[in-house]
Amino acid sequence: MSMKISTRQVDGVTILDLGGRITLGEGSVQLRDSVRDLLAKGQKKILLNLGEVNYIDSSGIGELVSAYTTVRNQGGELKLLNLTRKVHDLLQITKLYTVFDVKDDEASAIASYAHA
Amino acid sequence: MTGQPEKRVTYTLDSSLDSVNKVEQTAEQMARKAGVDEDEIFRISMAVREAAVNAVLHGNAYDPEKRMTASFENTGASLVIRITDEGKGLDPATLPDPLAPENLLRGSGRGIFLIRSFMDEVHFRQLHPGTELTLIKHLGTAPTGA
Repeated sequence: MSMKISTRQVDGVTILDLGGRITLGEGSVQLRDSVRDLLAKGQKKILLNLGEVNYIDSSGIGELVSAYTTVRNQGGELKLLNLTRKVHDLLQITKLYTVFDVKDDEASAIASYAHA
Repeated sequence: MTGQPEKRVTYTLDSSLDSVNKVEQTAEQMARKAGVDEDEIFRISMAVREAAVNAVLHGNAYDPEKRMTASFENTGASLVIRITDEGKGLDPATLPDPLAPENLLRGSGRGIFLIRSFMDEVHFRQLHPGTELTLIKHLGTAPTGA
């Protein structure tokens, strides 16, 4: 089953609402393309809402990391919102939980982005 | 729980993501039938998926001429899953540690680590050509990993 992805803007932050599975060949490619598209449009404050992501494999984790570093290297910020328990646990055991800025509330997540 | 022992079932599959999905689903069904809890079903099926991805992507490089085999066995005491590919072989000792600070932000390289985190035993065997990865979950033991 493919990943669902929708985009919205709140206070200068682009929120990608993701749902389903982020895995090799499915959601991982969609995620990569979506982040690249946003950066190409100059949208560098990106919040990935993972509240409906019920499964992520190591490829999906790799895409989250790649998205994070790509956005950061372009002077932007990418944060994670609403991790499910499974995704939270995977990021913990891969020692990535402290790499990402993880939020559990959208309003505070949006407020946390640096404002020019 | 131990479940009833079941004969080994083996599939020979092409090197595609459809095959990976099939192997993952079979592992999930096997784990569910063995009576393990939902969290353990998730860990087992994820570990098996990672092994299948390694076989298809890294071992066989999606070569349509190369096959992956996946066998599933419930011995009564353990679930034993074996995944083979026809690639050039893999020496697990050469794999970088994905938890090392210099590797933490790499975009790949976590599959074997997750397999080892989620299964009780993981064995590599070189087939010349190819690699066989054996994943074992002992039934009736405490949960591993996350």
